[in-house]
Amino acid sequence: MHDLILKKLKERFAESILEVAEFRKEPTIVVRKEYIIRICRFLKDDPEFSFNFLSDLCAVDWPERKPRFEVVYNLYSISKNHRVRLKVRVDDGESVPSVTSVWSTADWHEREAFDMFGIKFEGHPDLRRILMSEDWEGHPLRKDFPLTKEEVMFNYNKDRPPRIMK
Amino acid sequence: MGLEEHLGDGILFTTLEKAVNWARKSSVWPFGFGLACCAIEMICTFASRFDLARFGMEVTRASPRQADLMIVSGRVSTKMAPVVRQLYEQMPEPKWVIAMGACASTGGVFNNYAIVQGVDKIVPVDIYVPGCPPRPEQLIEGIIKLHKKIEKESLKKKREL
Amino acid sequence: MNVEILKKTEKPETETMILNMGPHHPSTHGVLRVILELDGETIVKATPDIGFLHTGIEKTMENKTYNQVIPLTDRMDYVASLSNNLAYLLAVEKLLDIQAPPKAEFVRVILTELTRIASHLWWVGTHAHDIGAMTVLLYAVREREKLLDIFELVSGQRMMTSYFRIGGLAKDIPEEFEPKVREVLKTFPDKIEDYENLLTKNRIWLNRTVGVGTISAEDAIDLGVSGPVLRACGAEWDIRKSNPYSGYDEFAFDIPTGKNGDVYDRYLVRLEEMRQSLRIVNQALDGIPEGDFVERVPGVVLPPKEEVLSNIEALIFQFKLVVEGLSLHRITQR
Repeated sequence: MHDLILKKLKERFAESILEVAEFRKEPTIVVRKEYIIRICRFLKDDPEFSFNFLSDLCAVDWPERKPRFEVVYNLYSISKNHRVRLKVRVDDGESVPSVTSVWSTADWHEREAFDMFGIKFEGHPDLRRILMSEDWEGHPLRKDFPLTKEEVMFNYNKDRPPRIMK
Repeated sequence: MGLEEHLGDGILFTTLEKAVNWARKSSVWPFGFGLACCAIEMICTFASRFDLARFGMEVTRASPRQADLMIVSGRVSTKMAPVVRQLYEQMPEPKWVIAMGACASTGGVFNNYAIVQGVDKIVPVDIYVPGCPPRPEQLIEGIIKLHKKIEKESLKKKREL
Repeated sequence: MNVEILKKTEKPETETMILNMGPHHPSTHGVLRVILELDGETIVKATPDIGFLHTGIEKTMENKTYNQVIPLTDRMDYVASLSNNLAYLLAVEKLLDIQAPPKAEFVRVILTELTRIASHLWWVGTHAHDIGAMTVLLYAVREREKLLDIFELVSGQRMMTSYFRIGGLAKDIPEEFEPKVREVLKTFPDKIEDYENLLTKNRIWLNRTVGVGTISAEDAIDLGVSGPVLRACGAEWDIRKSNPYSGYDEFAFDIPTGKNGDVYDRYLVRLEEMRQSLRIVNQALDGIPEGDFVERVPGVVLPPKEEVLSNIEALIFQFKLVVEGLSLHRITQR
């Protein structure tokens, strides 16, 4: 199944695929962010794949990499029972096209990613903070956000950057 | 029938403070207010097995205006903190607060941006109950401690506060 | 009286009212704020505001080792802590390519199914309480205490068990485990009957649940709903059937589904799921195999005490695991 997905994607969006990886039988496809809506729409609508369930959308912060963030889309097909993982890379301050038009559930997930990482989603109907209050400053899940609130006396791994601040 | 038969007519002498405190401690009405994991154990405490009705406390009030005791059961997030404070202020005097569990007492295992490191930063706490979550027995122990505290309270001092 | 005015007011112009519910409201079990737009007594629009229980667990996990994360997973969904442990551990075991031994798998299945029952009981109890039936809550909590006793027996804690570990279990199951579970299996079906008698044909319950909160199957899938709520919409999908883990493919059980996707169907689905869980527990309990309760992978799982005291390699592994441990970059929970 994974080969088929990859083959079809390569046929249609050849220039959009940046990287392909497979780990423990879970395929991951890194794509250009400009194509993400079209690829998602295709994967959802194609009767052979019908990825109708967005099981998760989250972000990862890699402070040492150049496009700093990764947005991860975990797709699942309830009718066909298969999965695929898409990733797009985005730098600080840039925005990713929103997939709310493809799956409604992406709405809250994208708001969470915006709240926690500060990634903007273009075309999102209502991009506000979801978990933290409106007047909160900063994006807590970024790696350079202070990990602890109070200094812990017995911290054994203080010298492991960038996990502990101060 | 019962005790009344043996007593006959009589009068009893006590101080006003003792009588009032005795009445207060015997029917503390807790505020039905749950936050997180500890709320589940709190409800278990109210339910049949541990039966808080034995202490005259089974009447949980849904409104802060009718409650005497706020059991802060669980972690208080920074977003929830103003709400907790407001609810506390809506409760009429005299009022008491129990910080139930590690999170409400100190922040517990969640030493991070989202959690208030101890509810005593926003409301005055009378009793801290340790545990993550505390067993119902522990909460009952805390409540009995609170009863003892209420018994010893001075009306004058309370008024001055 | 002026007839013209009366005519005008025949169809009075109405406007909706905005009402704020929560974050503290009389039925608080998880703190949630809903901004309601009301037209008379009908809710036309509800805007939820979440995050009042946001705990920052994902952030705290960044600084923890694989083993230290387990107690945090307990506190994500605290009415079903063992299931959370299992979900996290399955991810870690897949990452490290470890397979738990059969005995551990069977015990995991038994305990997670009991957790499912405990969680559903809590749902039935609190939900009935919220719409006016206090008795069911007291009944449900009474039954739940029996299950908590089993969790306490194996792990020492009532709720935050942390009993499952990477590669298996924290320790072997005690002797009293099997008779205790058997007792629950024997007494519990009657209790489900009790809830059915109290609720299923109760006029008030029907009035307040049938046709309320209806979701269609397509909407549910589009909105990313899974579990009993999705099944109540009529979609016959269960992760235990479609992607069996921990040997769920070896047990026979049915997937209950609803038709209308309303609150009443969700209630029926959950009740039936409790019965199916009992079926699974029954099968698993009969077949607990002999053997070790944890796969002793060096460098991942703590070696047994006697080996640490007699073998230098084991001592090194123990030392490295406790002091350094395996750490992670980012974990997401959903």
